[in-house]
Amino acid sequence: MATVAEERLFGKSIKRREDPRFITGRGQYVDDVKLPGMTYAAFVRSPHAHARLNKVDASAARKVPGVLAVYTGADVKVGGLPCGWMLPDIKVPPRPALAQGKVRYVGEPVAIVIGETAYAAKDGAEAVKVAYEALPAVSNAKKAHETGAPQLFDNIPKNQCFYWTIGDKTATEAAFKSAATVVHQALLNQRLIPNAIEPRACIASVSPATGELTLWVTSQNPHVHRLLMAAFVLSIPETKMRVIAPDVGGGFGSKIFVYNEEVVVSWAAKTLGRPVKWTAERRESFLNDAHGRDHVTEAEIALDHDGKVSGLRVKTHANLGAYLSTFAPLIPSYLYGPLLSGVYKIPAIFCEVWGMLTDTAPVDAYRGAGRPEATYLLERMMDRAARQLRVDPAELRRKNFIPKFTDGAPYQTPVAFAYDSGNYEPALRRALQLVGYDQTRKEQLALRPKGRYIGIGVSTYIEACGPAPSAVAGSLGAGAGLWESGQVRVHPAGAVTVYTGSHSHGQGHETTFAQLVADELGIPMEQVEIVHGDTAQIPFGMGTYGSRSACVGGSAIVKCLDKIKEKGRKIAAHLLEANEQDLDFAGGTWTVKGSPDKKKTWGEVALMAYLAHNIPKGMEPGLEATSFYDPVNFTFPFGAHIAVVEVDPETGAVKILKYVAVDDVGRVINPMIVDGMVHGGIAQGVGQALWEHGVYSEDGQLLTGTMMDYALPKADALPSYVTERTVTPSPINPLGVKGAGETGTIASTPAIANAVIDALEPFGLTHLDIPLTPQKIWKAVAAAKQK
Amino acid sequence: MYPAAFDYYAPKHIKEVLGLLGKLKDDAKVLAGGHSLIPMMKLRLAQPKHLVDLRKVSGLSGIKLNGKAFAIGAMTTHWEIESSATVKSKLPVLAEVASVIGDPAVRNKGTLGGSLAHADPAADWPAAMIALDAEIVCEGPKGKRKVAADQWFLGLMATALQDKEILVQVRVPLPAAGSGAAYMKFPHPASRFAVVGVCAAVTLDKQGTCVKASVAVTGAGTKAVRAKGVEAALVGKKLEAAAIEAAAQKAAEGVDVQADLQGSVEYKAHLCRVFAKRAITEAVKRAGA
Ligand SMILES: Cc1cc2nc3c(=O)[nH]c(=O)nc-3n(C[C@H](O)[C@H](O)[C@H](O)COP(=O)(O)OP(=O)(O)OC[C@H]3O[C@@H](n4cnc5c(N)ncnc54)[C@H](O)[C@@H]3O)c2cc1C
Repeated sequence: MATVAEERLFGKSIKRREDPRFITGRGQYVDDVKLPGMTYAAFVRSPHAHARLNKVDASAARKVPGVLAVYTGADVKVGGLPCGWMLPDIKVPPRPALAQGKVRYVGEPVAIVIGETAYAAKDGAEAVKVAYEALPAVSNAKKAHETGAPQLFDNIPKNQCFYWTIGDKTATEAAFKSAATVVHQALLNQRLIPNAIEPRACIASVSPATGELTLWVTSQNPHVHRLLMAAFVLSIPETKMRVIAPDVGGGFGSKIFVYNEEVVVSWAAKTLGRPVKWTAERRESFLNDAHGRDHVTEAEIALDHDGKVSGLRVKTHANLGAYLSTFAPLIPSYLYGPLLSGVYKIPAIFCEVWGMLTDTAPVDAYRGAGRPEATYLLERMMDRAARQLRVDPAELRRKNFIPKFTDGAPYQTPVAFAYDSGNYEPALRRALQLVGYDQTRKEQLALRPKGRYIGIGVSTYIEACGPAPSAVAGSLGAGAGLWESGQVRVHPAGAVTVYTGSHSHGQGHETTFAQLVADELGIPMEQVEIVHGDTAQIPFGMGTYGSRSACVGGSAIVKCLDKIKEKGRKIAAHLLEANEQDLDFAGGTWTVKGSPDKKKTWGEVALMAYLAHNIPKGMEPGLEATSFYDPVNFTFPFGAHIAVVEVDPETGAVKILKYVAVDDVGRVINPMIVDGMVHGGIAQGVGQALWEHGVYSEDGQLLTGTMMDYALPKADALPSYVTERTVTPSPINPLGVKGAGETGTIASTPAIANAVIDALEPFGLTHLDIPLTPQKIWKAVAAAKQK
Repeated sequence: MYPAAFDYYAPKHIKEVLGLLGKLKDDAKVLAGGHSLIPMMKLRLAQPKHLVDLRKVSGLSGIKLNGKAFAIGAMTTHWEIESSATVKSKLPVLAEVASVIGDPAVRNKGTLGGSLAHADPAADWPAAMIALDAEIVCEGPKGKRKVAADQWFLGLMATALQDKEILVQVRVPLPAAGSGAAYMKFPHPASRFAVVGVCAAVTLDKQGTCVKASVAVTGAGTKAVRAKGVEAALVGKKLEAAAIEAAAQKAAEGVDVQADLQGSVEYKAHLCRVFAKRAITEAVKRAGA
C-alpha cells in the first residue's frame, strides 16, 4: 500500500530512473526486437543527385543466396509520403515511397531487397542493376531559383515550392526610410545533419490472425506515425495498425517524420507475409534522415538616433531538399519569421521566405527548427549594428529589451507572437557578472598588442516552445492538432500508471513525469509508472518536439491529477462524513481541518474506489482520468549566453575559453535534467558555429557523408559551462514551465559566432559565415592584412 | 555496415602467415587492429576474400630497447607506445605522437605496423618515423629486409611492402646527446587525423649550433615526406626564432599538397610552414633542456 512521500519532489535533481537500464545495456531499442521468422531489408539508393530512372534490373539480385524478394517503385502500391503542413499557394511535389521515373537526391531509395539475413539483403542490394540517365542537378537554394536552373518537377516552375511573408511591409519600408542607421548583411545558415546516436530503424509485422500491422519504429511521435501512415499511405483503418516506439536513442527532430523506409517495410511485410526489419547504417542516416537549417539570407536592420531598433527586413531562400518532409514548410515559415523580434522591441518587421526545392536530402525540423535560424540572424545583426554604432553590444541589447512583463498580460510582437511572460534584463546582467564582462574587455585590449586575439560574444535569445493552440495551428496550415493527451490510472492498492502522449527519447520523462505525479499526489515515486510510446496503450498523442513535453504533455497529466484528486476528495469526505471543503489534502492524506486524527490515506481511498462498498451515491467505481490539454499559447523561454574565445590568427583555429549560460525556462521540475538539456544543446549550437556543415557539391554529391568528414562536437573541444537560471513562470500552463529542450542550441550558435567576429575586430572584419572554420578565418585575416 | 563475405584465418606463427599469403594470393589481406581495414570493409570499399588475422601471431608485439634503438613489434598498439615508461623516458616524442592519434578507442586497437602498412596520407606515424630515421622491417618468403622510413611511403596508400610480405617490426634509433624532438599536428575536426602534421628532430652541439636536423611532413600531400629544404636550412645554424622561421618557410616544398574541404592548397601549405616552425621551436627547446 502506498506510503507517504516525505518532501516535495518538484524542483529536485532526482537521478534519472531510466539510466540504469540504458547504461547497463538493457534498453530495448527497435533493433533489439527480434521476431520469429523475421527477415531483413536493405535499400538500393540513388548515387545520382538528379537522374532519369530508366530500368531497375533485379534478376541477378533475386539469385543471390538468401534473397527473398526485391521490390521497386513499380511494385510498391502505397500512397506517397504526406506533408503535414500547408502554406498558401504551396506546390506540393509528389513523393513516392520508392523513386518513380526520376531520382532527385543522392540516397533516395530506389528498391528494397529482403533477405533471410542482413548480409543476404545487402549482397542482394549490391547486385541490383539500375540504369540511370544523369541530369543536371542543383543543390543551392538560391541557384535553384535562377532562370535556367535544373528543374526538379515539371509543374513547379523555378523550383519554388512556396513564397511566404510575415509582418508589415509598408511600415517596415517607412522605418527604413526614416532610419538613422541601416546595416545590411548577407548570411548563410548552413545545412546540418542530425546524427542521433541510435540510427533510424523499423520492424513491420502483420498478424495473419487479425491482419493487424504492428510497426516498431524509432519515432518521436508514434500516434502521428500511425495517423499519417494509416490514413494517407497504407489506407487502412487506424485500428488495424499499432505503432510502438520503444527506447529511442535521440532524435533532435529527425525522428518526427514519416520516411520512405518504414512505409516500404510495412508494405513488404504484408506482401511477403513475414516480419521485416530495417536498421539504418550510419551512411544511410547521413543520406536520408531529414537535414536541418540551410538558409541563404539577406538581412537589414534599421536603428534610430538613440540606437533603438526601428525595423528589420529579411529575405530568405530556404532549402527544402528534393521533396517535402512531413513538416518541412512549417520550419522556415511560422517557426522562423515570428521569432525575428527576439527579446527586443522592434516596431516594424517584414520577412519574405522562398521555399526552394533542390537535389538534396529533404530538410525539416532539427533541434530548434527555424528558431535557431531566426536567433542567429537577429543576434548577428544586433552585433553588426553595435559595431557600426560603436556601442557595446551588451548595452545595445539592454537598450532594446522589451521591458519586464510578468503580470499575465502578454507582449504582442509585430510578427504574430504574443509572448507569455518575460524579464530579460536580469538574465543578461547575471551572465555579464558571471563572465566578468568588464574585466574580460580590459584583458582583450591588453592582449592585442601581444598578438593574442580574444573575443566576447553575447546572445540574448527567445524561444517559442510547446506549439500551441490547435485552432491557431490549424488556421496556419497544420494537418494535426497540437494538444497533448494524458491518462492517469490509479490501481486499487494505490500505485499509479501514467499514460502520456509525449515520447521520451533522451528527455527523461520516466523521471520528471513521475516526480510531478508523486509530488501532486503525495506518494513515493516508486508508486508511479510512466508509459509512453505505444499506440495500443495510450489514447492519443502528438509526441515530443518543440520543447513541448513538460508544458503540454505535463499539463495534460496535471489536468488528470486534478480530476483524480477531486474524485478522491469526494470519496474521502464520504468516508469521513465530512464536507469536501473541510478536507485538506497533503502528503497523500485527506484530513479534516482542525481534527488531524480524522483522515483517510491515498491508499484507503484508492482501495475504496475499487471496492465500491461505500462510495457516494451515484458515483462510478474506479479511479482514473483522461485529459486532452490544448495550450492557449506557446511558452517563451529566454536567456543570455556569453562566450569568450581566442582565435589563433596564424592558423585560424578557435578555442573556447569560457561559456556562460543564464536561461529562464520558467519553473523547473528537475534541475539536473534541465542542465543536461542545456549542456547538450550548447554543444550542438557550438557545433553549428564552428564545425558542422552538411556540404553538397554544386551538382548534389554529399561530401560530408561519414563521421570522418562531418565534424560533430567532441567533449575535449568544449569548455566546462557555467550555467544558472532566472525563474519567470509561464502564466499559460498550470505548471508554470516554459520548456528547455532547445534553448542551448538556439542561444549558443550566435554567442560563439559573435565572439569569434569580436576577436577579429582588429582586422576590420565584421562578418564571416558559420561554420567558422580555421581556413575561413585564416583566409579572411590574411586578406585583411593585405589591405 | 555489412562487409561482403570473407574467410577468416587466425594463424599463430609468422611462417603460417607467410604460407597463407603465398597460397591465397591477391585476395588475402592481413588484419591488425582493424581500425582502418574494417571500416573500409563495412563500407564495402575493401572486399578481401580472405582475412588473415595477425593478432594471435606470436612475437609481433612489444617494445624492446636493444642498445641504441627501440625495436617495436608491428602489432604494438598506439596505446602501448603512449603508455610505455621506457618510451617516455628515452624517446618521449614517440609517446607524444601516439597520444594524439584519434581517441582512446582507436589507440587501444590501432597498431603501429597497421598504420605504416596502410599509409593513410593523414596518419601521424609516417612523419614521426621519417623524422626519427626509423627502419621498417618486413618479412616475406625470402626472409627479412629493412627499409628506411623515408623510402617506405611511395604514394597514396602505397608503400615499399612487397607482395606476400608483412611488416614485422619498426626500429627507431635513440638520438644522440643534445637532441630534441617534437610532433605538432593540426587535427581534422571530425576524424582527428592530421590535416597537417610535422615532426622535427634536431641535435645541437655544445654551442647550440644545429648539427643534425630531421623534419617530416604528413597530412598535406598524398604521402608523408622528408622536408629536405627545411633540414638543410637548419643545419649549421644557431636555432633562434628567425632562423627557425626562415627554415620553416621551406616546409611545403616537395609536398604534393592536396586541396579538400579542410583547406585549399594555399592554406595547407601555410599550415605546413606554421607547424614546422612550431615543431622545430619545441624540438630545439627540448634539445636544450
Ligand atoms: C575514428 C578513427 C580515428 C583515427 N584517427 C587517427 C589519427 O588521428 N591519426 C592516425 O595516424 N591514425 C588514425 N586512425 C587510424 C588508426 O591509427 C589505425 O588503427 C591505423 O591507421 C591502422 O592500424 P590498424 O592496426 O588498425 O590496421 P588495420 O586496419 O588492421 O590494417 C590496415 C591496413 O594495413 C594492413 N596491415 C596491417 N598490419 C600489417 C602488417 N603488419 N603488415 C602488412 N600489412 C599490414 C592491412 O592489411 C590493411 O590493409 C584513426 C582511425 C579511426 C577509426
